[in-house]
Order: sequence, then structure tokens, then C-alpha cells
Amino acid sequence: MKLLTHNLLSSKCLKGVKVGYPLRIVAKDVKISESEFNKEFVKKIIPKLDWKVFVNAAVQVRSTYDCTNVVTQEFNLYQSTTILTGFTKCLFFLFQIGHGNDLSDELIDDYEDDEEYLKKVHHLLMEVEIINGELICPETERVFPISSGIPNLLLNENEVS
Amino acid sequence: MKRVQYLLWFAHEHVSFRLHEIESIASVLKIPIKWLEPPTDKPWYLVELPSEEDVQKLSARSVTMRRAIQLWADEPTVPRLHASLKEKCLNGLLEPYKLKSFKVDVDLFCNSQTQEEKLERIESFSYMPFQGHVDLKNPDVTFQFIEYYGLDPKIIPENPIRTFFGRVVSESGRPLIHELSLKKRKFIGNTSMDPQLSLLMANLGKVSNGDLVLDPFVGSGSLLVAAAKFGGHVIGTDIDFLMLHGRTRPTRKQTRHIARKDESIEANMIQYSCLDKYIDVIVADSALPFWRSDVEFDCILADPPYGIREPTERIGSKESLPILKKEGSPVHFPSKVEYGLNEIIKDLMWFSSKHLKLHGRLLFWVPIFRQDYNDDQMARHSCFKLIGNCEQVLTTFTARRLLIYEKIKIPQDTDECSSAIPSASTFREKYFTHGDEYRLTRKQKKAEAAKNKEIWFAKLNNVNVK
Repeated sequence: MKLLTHNLLSSKCLKGVKVGYPLRIVAKDVKISESEFNKEFVKKIIPKLDWKVFVNAAVQVRSTYDCTNVVTQEFNLYQSTTILTGFTKCLFFLFQIGHGNDLSDELIDDYEDDEEYLKKVHHLLMEVEIINGELICPETERVFPISSGIPNLLLNENEVS
Repeated sequence: MKRVQYLLWFAHEHVSFRLHEIESIASVLKIPIKWLEPPTDKPWYLVELPSEEDVQKLSARSVTMRRAIQLWADEPTVPRLHASLKEKCLNGLLEPYKLKSFKVDVDLFCNSQTQEEKLERIESFSYMPFQGHVDLKNPDVTFQFIEYYGLDPKIIPENPIRTFFGRVVSESGRPLIHELSLKKRKFIGNTSMDPQLSLLMANLGKVSNGDLVLDPFVGSGSLLVAAAKFGGHVIGTDIDFLMLHGRTRPTRKQTRHIARKDESIEANMIQYSCLDKYIDVIVADSALPFWRSDVEFDCILADPPYGIREPTERIGSKESLPILKKEGSPVHFPSKVEYGLNEIIKDLMWFSSKHLKLHGRLLFWVPIFRQDYNDDQMARHSCFKLIGNCEQVLTTFTARRLLIYEKIKIPQDTDECSSAIPSASTFREKYFTHGDEYRLTRKQKKAEAAKNKEIWFAKLNNVNVK
């Protein structure tokens, strides 16, 4: 699950839940993959995001996740498939999120022309992926598992309103 | 600037989708089309377009078109076509292409030709002052000769009704159909959408670069692949946990004994090199609201389950106070209740009225019984305008229709939605009984015919004996 998807999902479907947004993230395995930057898409998607939730999610992924894990995982990847970029990317990721002052709580005004900024947003939206973990409803603490990168939002029979 | 006449030459299939496709692509690419002939079911459109570049862009996306041709001659008979071309060649029509390598393609619509006849036809253009050599594989320029014999294969006239000759400007996007072939696709389900129809849907949905596209009944993700090929960034949801995790029963008979690994929608995206456009798939019940309340998609494409090969279900329980059973597996598979097609469609329209951008398109398929079909039964919603309703015939009795809607206003409390597809509620039931009935009556008729034949033979024998 990418951070973009997290930004769009809620747990409103649960019986008795009013807003169910934002879902809390518990990230157990995180994968950093490479995805081609599409300026048009990032420009179009930014207005659709809840910006604060997005910035927070990036911080949560960092804080709930043990960074050394990323390194080993990426390093193993590097050893097995010799993708050097994966490793450097990972350092870049640690640098970027680890020192997460890059994206502030407020969206800058002239983002449309700031390619560097758009690239950072793209990275966090499309390249950071939670492979295993949990999404947690903010109102009821109901846990939705994420496995193999796919969140499972199915409810049980007794939770349907 | 002088506008040039182009002939858009089509493959003769999915005829009812053709005009919608061309109009949708032209609208996405903002290309104005001037119709030189009102569009008909004949396999061509005669149009004027601003530039050759526009023609190339338009045809590159089309999957109903074969190729676009710059028209040099358009005459009712072959001799007149030659006369017209001869005159135009004298006026220097061929000058820019004179020294280039070339080939001539011949198409007969609603007629056939042998190889000799084809060669004869090509030779008949030998008066044209070509100086370049013939190159069948990679010619610099291709010419197209077309003879049209009408639309009815039962009545083929001796001579063509209309003939065209021109220079091929560009080929269409049809190679994509083969590229996305289900035969070679990594992961398919038993209701995977045919690549041509998927691509058509993406075109009709006006998917363009950077769009956010949703398929709420994603299955094996055929529609996502097509939408991604045209620049859409795609998200899909499905109620079937096993499907999204690639753990359903194998659909390929030949390889079912081989352990399957790496089967997923994501794997398909990698196979077709559009992983960059893939956002996520989510296991969720589309009958429930699980999106943030102000999420807006640019396009919603869907092929809802018809209840034949895929069940129409949502989560629920028949018990008033459901009790959860403890299970061995770590994933809980909730029980499901019937979710009628009309309900599915109404929910889909309500959902889209909230979550589709203004002027965005919603497309979905509906199964119908051809004899009961009536245009008025199709779903309506006060936020949507029905743009198109195209039929794909499936069997003698059944067909499915692709409904194309455009969102025309922001939703209000007073909005209304109706869907009264009679076959939808009973489609499954009818699907399985109607065929039987038909077979039964056919069997009876056959038996009767055989009996009559016997009686007739007996009579004949009697006469002979006498």
C-alpha cells in the first residue's frame, strides 16, 4: 500500500464510525521502489490530497518503522539482485524522512513550478510502499491488516451497519 | 492553412462503439473533427483534420480503426478511380514520394480475392510514376487501395460500389490488442475482460495522462491495464481476497498442475511495463463507503459481476444477530449475501455521483436478455447523462451493453436514481433456464421432424410396393 492510497482511505464503513479518518499506520515491512516521475500526475493529485494527513503519514512510517530494517532489507536486495539504486534510494529515503523537515505541514503555494518539490511529493506518494502492516481506525481501534502490499478493508458480518 | 481529407479505415467489429470512440479520443486530444460525410455503419469515416500530426495522435489511440489514409481518390468505379489518379499524378501529386521505397496494400470489403487477383490489382497502378523500389517490409510510404462491396455478405455485387486510393498516414493502436493478449498475460481470472474491449473502455472513459482511475470490481485488473496504457493512474478494489492475492483456482487448464507464483495485478502491470501507473488494489466491499468523503476520481470503469461466472455478493448475514465463528486461517472470510445487479448499479451510480469529478465519465457493463431489452430500463441518475449504450452480443439470447455516462452536475439531496433492468434481478435464473427451454423446444421440433420424415418414407415405400 502506497501513502497515496492511505490518504484516500477511511474506516467510515464501520458501524457507528462517523469520519474514520485518517487511519493510523503501523508499518512492519516497507519497500522503497522506483517509479517514474510524472509531473502531470503529481500536479493533478496534490489538490486531491489531505496534505496534513499525508505529511503525518510519512512521519508515521518513519517512526513506527525500525530504520535499520529498511537498510538490511534493501541491502539484501542489493546483494541478491545487485540493484545498487535500491540501496542508494534507501539512504535517500532515510535522509529525506529521517530529517523530515523537507515537507512542511503547509503545502507551498507555487508547487506547480517547483519540480524538486514535486519530485519529493512523488517519492513519498508512489515509491514508499507498506508491504506488511496495519491500518487502525481512529475511532474504534479496529485493525485492518495489510499483507503482500494489499490492505484488507473487509468487515465482519456483525460490523456492517 | 489548407485542410486535407482523411479516410479513417475501420475494422468491422464493435461497430456501435466506433463513433463514441473516435469522438472521445478527439475530445481528450482536443482535435476538432470536420465530418465530410455523416458517420454511418460503413467501415470508414471521411473527415477533415487540422494536421497530419493530429491524425497520427488520433489513430494511435484508436482500437476500432485500422489505419488513417490521406485520401487521393474517391470514386464509385475502378476505371474512374484510375482516371482521377492519372490526372492527379500529372498535376504532381506523387512528386514528394516519387523516389521513396513503397508498397501498395489492397483491401476488399465484403469480398475476397486470390493472390493473383491482388497482384493484378496492384499492377493496375503501374501507370503511376514511381521511381523508388518496392519494399514490402519497411517501405518509406504505403499506399492503400480499397474496394467496397457493401455491408451485406449475402448480396455481393459484381463491381465495387465505391473505391478509394490514398497514402497511409498512420497505423492505429490495434497492435496493443495483441500486446495485451490474455493468452500471454501472467495473471487472469475467469472473467478477465478482452483486451480490445478494455482498451475501448479506457478510450470511451476519456482516460488521459495523470488521471486517477478507479475500478470498483477489479478482479484480475484487465481494465486497469488498459487505463494505465493510456496514461491513467489506477486503483482497484474487489471483495475477493483470494483473487487480489492471486490465490484463486487456476484458470488456465493446461498449466493447472504447475505451482503458480507471482500471479497478481501488480505482476501484470510489470509485464506490460506500466507499473509506474499502478497505485494499489484494496480488498473491500464496494457496497460500503470506505473512501475519504471528498475523494474525487477522474474516471470510473467497472465490469460488475453478473452472477454467472462471478457471484453478485456483498458482506452481510442472513441472521439478525450474526455470531462470528472462530476459524483456523488468520484471515477472516466474512459470509456474504446476495447483492442484486440493480442494487449494485444503483450503488455504483450513487457512489460515482459523489466521487467522480464533474464531466468525468462512468462506464459499466450490464447483461441483458436481447428479447426483453428496452432502452428505458437502463439505469438513470439525475447527476448523469447517458452518452452511449453499445451492445456486444454474447449468445443467441444474451448480450451485454456498455453504458457510458458523463457526470453533468454536482450531487444534491434531491437527486434521484433508478435502475430497472428486468433481466438484472433474474438474469442468472433465466440464463440457466432459458437455454434449457430453447434446447428442449429444439429437441421436440427435431423429434417431430424425424417422425414426419419416417411417415413420409413409409408412405413412399407403400406407393412403391403398390
